[in-house]
Amino acid sequence: MNAVDLLFWLFAVLSVGGGLAMIFSRHPVSAAMFMIVSLVGVAALFVLLESFFLAILQVLVYAGAVMVLFLFIIMLLDVGPEAGKKKLSHLKTGIFGLFASVVLVGVLLMLGNSYDTLVLDHIAWPPLSESDVSPSPILPFSTQVSAFGYGLMTKYMLPIQIAGFMLLAAMVGVIILSKKNPTREDAS
Amino acid sequence: MMDWIPQGLWFEVCLKVFFAFMMVGAVMTMAGYSVLAERKVSAWMQGRVGPNRTVLPFFEYIPIFGPLLKKLGIFQPLADGLKFLFKEEIVPGHVNKLYYYLAPLIALVPALTTMTVLPFGQIYWNDGTVSTLALADLEVGILFVFAVSSLGVYGIALAGWSSNSKYSFLGGIRSSAQMISYELAMGLSLLPVFLWVCAPGVTESGLSLSAIANSQAGGPWLFLVQPLSALIFLIALFAETNRLPFDMPESETDLVGGFHTEYGSFKFGIFFVAEYAHIVIGSAIFTVIFLGGWHFLPFMNDPWPSNWIGSLLGVGWFLAKTIFLIFFFIWIRWTLPRFRYDQVMHLGWSKLLPLALANLIVYLLIVTAIDQSTSANF
Repeated sequence: MNAVDLLFWLFAVLSVGGGLAMIFSRHPVSAAMFMIVSLVGVAALFVLLESFFLAILQVLVYAGAVMVLFLFIIMLLDVGPEAGKKKLSHLKTGIFGLFASVVLVGVLLMLGNSYDTLVLDHIAWPPLSESDVSPSPILPFSTQVSAFGYGLMTKYMLPIQIAGFMLLAAMVGVIILSKKNPTREDAS
Repeated sequence: MMDWIPQGLWFEVCLKVFFAFMMVGAVMTMAGYSVLAERKVSAWMQGRVGPNRTVLPFFEYIPIFGPLLKKLGIFQPLADGLKFLFKEEIVPGHVNKLYYYLAPLIALVPALTTMTVLPFGQIYWNDGTVSTLALADLEVGILFVFAVSSLGVYGIALAGWSSNSKYSFLGGIRSSAQMISYELAMGLSLLPVFLWVCAPGVTESGLSLSAIANSQAGGPWLFLVQPLSALIFLIALFAETNRLPFDMPESETDLVGGFHTEYGSFKFGIFFVAEYAHIVIGSAIFTVIFLGGWHFLPFMNDPWPSNWIGSLLGVGWFLAKTIFLIFFFIWIRWTLPRFRYDQVMHLGWSKLLPLALANLIVYLLIVTAIDQSTSANF
């Protein structure tokens, strides 16, 4: 076991343990803090893979921005540990539990069923270094930021535009939902 | 027994830890003396004398020098630090203990972590190669700074929440809203800068801070090329460091002490030091990006020789620029009044953000035009 392995186990325990603690903690603020721990642990795992850019994006976007909003909302609504105590009926709990376990078993089966039979793997994505859009002489595939940028703007142009469009739709939806309709309020 | 770490690694780890301690020492000293500078500058601006009594034993008997140091208040930070240590630790009964203790640490750690990627000079080796002086000169340096400093808000938000007091709570809420708003403008203001620096044809750049400082050697400083980006970045920097006119989380006239109302003694001291560490690091980063880092003046090559003297002078020049910016922070604080909370939000979302976007688009067009005209010549 060398130093990198040791670090891997450290951060793996941190991220999985943080995730578990997030689920089991009673208090929403504690849960949010544990989720941050878990996200930072995942970022550290990215660092061990020498993918610094992904690691930093993980911290910047999830731990730094999304979780601040979560915490902000939790504090603003002042949700205490009592919020989660509303009892579900046994039937409902059973149905949810069954559903979750079916999904879990399915995912585990898919993963266990030898990795190359995974559905995603049948889509023929050639590695970026071999594809014809790769600017191999100028910009060989690496963990450099520019390599990410080049990939996003050439090979993955369509997915990135679809993702952008979906975000735009979500944003418009939020604006419509949060905007008060003056005429309707006047009528009522 | 220890064979899971390769032989040479122990030495390297020890060396890195040693360098890290030196860096922390330097930044913390600067933070401590920024507090003194704040008190002195505010005093001079208001026609007072400021701290001029503290002195170590026997120092005042040194002729000329001793009384001068005493008058300048050089020993005041030491006395302030000791005062924080020896005060009684009061923990109010109504706080959430765990987060109450954790919050100052969460505030301080990101402030100190950002200094890892901060380049502060360069060293000239005997064989003619030049390397950057930094703890870790990451290729994604500026993103690292953004990522880590965005974690600092948890310290303030948790302090506000765990104190279980209305004033603290309002401070924490304001702080998280303000941080989120100004981070956007800050990031957007830097995009055109990196577009400019990583112009087509430049191979060695990426997002590293040392590359951006070196790109200004012998040429214009970036605040001359991109004044609007520099202005937006500076305003956002004030907001992110919670300095007046943006000190919403603290605003002692309407929130008593803001997020640290319920804190005392050393825990308050940690918040205090974290704020000044933020100012020191923020000034240093502004120097690296917009003021040419350790390079001499715009349009001039470095006048110092390429040896250890040159390294020292470069670092000194960098420190001088940083200290000027710290002075600028203090100057603004004692000049401008505080914004109202809604004014801060209005400025962030409906003034700075559109301005940063427009700035980005204009420079995008300019860079594309330059790119087209140069590639036509090929």
